[in-house]
Amino acid sequence: MADRPVSDIELKAPKGDWRDAHVELRKGTFSNASLPKDLIALGLPNPRKWQPTDLDWQLPPDWKGILLRGMRERLAKYRSFRLFMDVCVRCGACADKCHFYLGSGDPKNMPFARAELIRSVYRRYFTLSGRLFRSLADARDLTEDVVKEWFYYFYQCTECRRCSVYCPFGIDTAEITIIVRELLSLIGVSTHWVTEPAANCYRVGNHLGIAPHAFKDALDFARDELRELTGLDIEIPISRKGAEILFVMPSADYFATPHYYTLLGYMMLFHEIGLDFTVSAYASEGGNFGLFHSNDLMKRLNAKIYEEAKRLGVRWILGGECGHMWRVLHQYMDTMNGPADFLEVPVSPLTGTRFANAASTKMVHICEFTADLLYHEKIKLDPSRNDEYVVTYHDSCNPSRAMGLLEEPRYVLKRACNHFHEMPAKTIREYTFCCGSGAGLGNDENMEMRLRGGFPRAQAVRHVREAHGVNLLACICAIDKATLPTLMDYWVPGVQVAGVHELLGNALVMKGAKERTTNLRGEPLAKETANA
Amino acid sequence: MKALIAAAAVLFLAFAGASAGVVPGGTAAITVVLPYAAFLTLIAGIAWRVWWWAASPVPYRIPTTCGQQRSLPWIRTAPIDNPDTGVMAAIRVAIEALMFRSLLRNSRTHIAAGRLELSEARLLWLASLALHWSLLVILLRHLRFALQPTPFFVPPLDALDGFLRIGAPSLLITDVLVVAALIYLLGRRLVNPLLRYMSFFTDYFALLLLLGIALSGIAMRYVAPVNLVAVKEFALALTAFHPVVPAAPSALLLVHLLLVSTLAIYLPFSKLMHFGGVFLSPTRNLANNSRRVRHINPWNRPVPTHSYGEWEAANAEKLKLAGLPLDEADRGG
Ligand code: SF4
Ligand code: SF4
Repeated sequence: MADRPVSDIELKAPKGDWRDAHVELRKGTFSNASLPKDLIALGLPNPRKWQPTDLDWQLPPDWKGILLRGMRERLAKYRSFRLFMDVCVRCGACADKCHFYLGSGDPKNMPFARAELIRSVYRRYFTLSGRLFRSLADARDLTEDVVKEWFYYFYQCTECRRCSVYCPFGIDTAEITIIVRELLSLIGVSTHWVTEPAANCYRVGNHLGIAPHAFKDALDFARDELRELTGLDIEIPISRKGAEILFVMPSADYFATPHYYTLLGYMMLFHEIGLDFTVSAYASEGGNFGLFHSNDLMKRLNAKIYEEAKRLGVRWILGGECGHMWRVLHQYMDTMNGPADFLEVPVSPLTGTRFANAASTKMVHICEFTADLLYHEKIKLDPSRNDEYVVTYHDSCNPSRAMGLLEEPRYVLKRACNHFHEMPAKTIREYTFCCGSGAGLGNDENMEMRLRGGFPRAQAVRHVREAHGVNLLACICAIDKATLPTLMDYWVPGVQVAGVHELLGNALVMKGAKERTTNLRGEPLAKETANA
Repeated sequence: MKALIAAAAVLFLAFAGASAGVVPGGTAAITVVLPYAAFLTLIAGIAWRVWWWAASPVPYRIPTTCGQQRSLPWIRTAPIDNPDTGVMAAIRVAIEALMFRSLLRNSRTHIAAGRLELSEARLLWLASLALHWSLLVILLRHLRFALQPTPFFVPPLDALDGFLRIGAPSLLITDVLVVAALIYLLGRRLVNPLLRYMSFFTDYFALLLLLGIALSGIAMRYVAPVNLVAVKEFALALTAFHPVVPAAPSALLLVHLLLVSTLAIYLPFSKLMHFGGVFLSPTRNLANNSRRVRHINPWNRPVPTHSYGEWEAANAEKLKLAGLPLDEADRGG
């Protein structure tokens, strides 16, 4: 077991003084630095070659002034920031709610401690008591060590908002993390796994940097595969003007597994109901790594969705399975890049349901759309085709705590599968534990911290695995699909990960299709269902 | 260490109050000058702080949703924990303010032998609720001294508070609750290693100051009773802006007054302003309807984007190769 990076999870009493800013950057617990090419592509400050382990981070000469001016500017622009710098009473209700604290035992990963890392600087430079009584007010000078400490701990927060649920004042450490990352980016401190996808998305159209022809190849490949599976020719229209609906999904759906099976699921569904839709090669990314960098970058990446909808002349937009993508679409898009007055209030062409909840943004979540189809019996399912799976559902942080999309995916799952079991109540819905790899932390160099951060989630899965024999973890998030398999293999071997629409695709009964002998993964269906 | 400094600070204040009577002008300073100064600071300070927060913009609609959203009509929603309208959001805030809803959710997470367990943890909620409600009742009870005639709700409140009828004067429940809650809140800071790690001077100072106020007040009722008629005369004169320096006030009264005044001065500049967070927090007081109603960011500003035209120009060859449609042809360029 020597090769297991994490085996010693226990919570010990913290030692030392939290005001000591020095951090030891241990391999496996932080992300690599941004590359100059990506910062240049995005026009971001201080592009240079550096790594967090360097002694000299090559900060700009006036880095301190830049940070303090940046703080002042943000204190004026965000009530959240202004308020959250002041109102914490350190009651500790949030302390043991963060998966990174639970998995690492590092006290600075307690949400209120994380926030104090910047609050102490705020007090030092922006409050009278902090300026007068430094140490009595627990105010700290802004030093290079503090910058390194911010980098370390604010890239050990997945912006999951679990702490915010428990805080009596709604203090959202995710909001503080967003702002600190924004501040750090002003002096050129950011991570490769955030800025490279963002640069790709900005220039090429999607995080993975898949050029338009490769995008088309990927979808053609899916078409071939769908023909094999169903015997039907399922076309995936690209950038087709005049379609009724623009469908936007995270790029992983067409370039990574197990996301890919979810793509197959969507396309089978759209074919079966005869949906008039198109995907776009320009807006070929619904995800938005800008969110993990700065609000400006989020807005810049998000802009193309409305722009493309307008250019193609669609009526409304449908969005695929992705967590942080939906945080942006639900809470930011309309404000940042709206109004979408060139679109219509979404109406399901099959059921006539008017999605009044999306009347302004004009963008509907695929689970809302499918749940509505199922409720109105517009599609037929054969759940026995999923009988090899005992399923549980992982609520992704953003759809649950920044949206409240809890029942729709469950409704689809319970119709598509015969065996479904919930994890313990305090670990799902608004209390859900993060996968530990969101917000741009899902890279390989950060593996130890990911496994630690994912430990609480994995524990809850282990609970239902032992109690009910669960062998499949369903979710509606591209980052989950990319990172939960690793997490499961490590902590709960034998549990696979799948999108909700993959399971829907398995169960979907399609007109004129040949008899299904395998699931979407090409695995033979369980015996007893072969003749269903 | 921080706890000790805070305790020393409160004890020093108490001592200063107790010995003020023997210093010339001391009584006047504590019974007249300080209360006015403190009251002014309190009002002005709170107004300034609330204005400072409220004046800032709310660029994004970022409620933390703690239940099912309103989407399809047949799905049961959580109208308060995930409010869909301003009215429901106001109810959410009210429940937060009156019942400490979020604290009630609290649980404790244990990790033992590589297993994670969650258990209920309601004590913090209970203690906080007891503390805040008792403080409110005590504050209202004190109106008996400051207003003439005594407000109608004070006598029944007193009666209710003393309904246990233990001892004479009868024991007031809020007195017991305040002290018990404060001791619990202090105790957990000292005993729980996570809290001890993150507790500041101000955390201890605020609790100890309140404890000092509570104990000096209680002592005046049960241990060394003061002349209530004289206290009322003094307080009424103060509120009528015709202050009279009391002839020979009890040392306890001076201590009590000094500590209360300190609290009033300290409050606007300390974490005790946290109540602002309950009402102003954008994660709690906004409706989760950002897809239904457009939220306006007052400072929304243009950002550089990679427009479709630029993108198509950069990718024209690849698009043609893949047989994907181009706008270029439409534009005849
Ligand atoms: S729950 Fe809120 S008030 Fe309590 S310590 Fe955490 S952030 Fe501070
Ligand atoms: S937002 Fe999530 S990751 Fe960040 S501090 Fe809170 S609980 Fe931890």
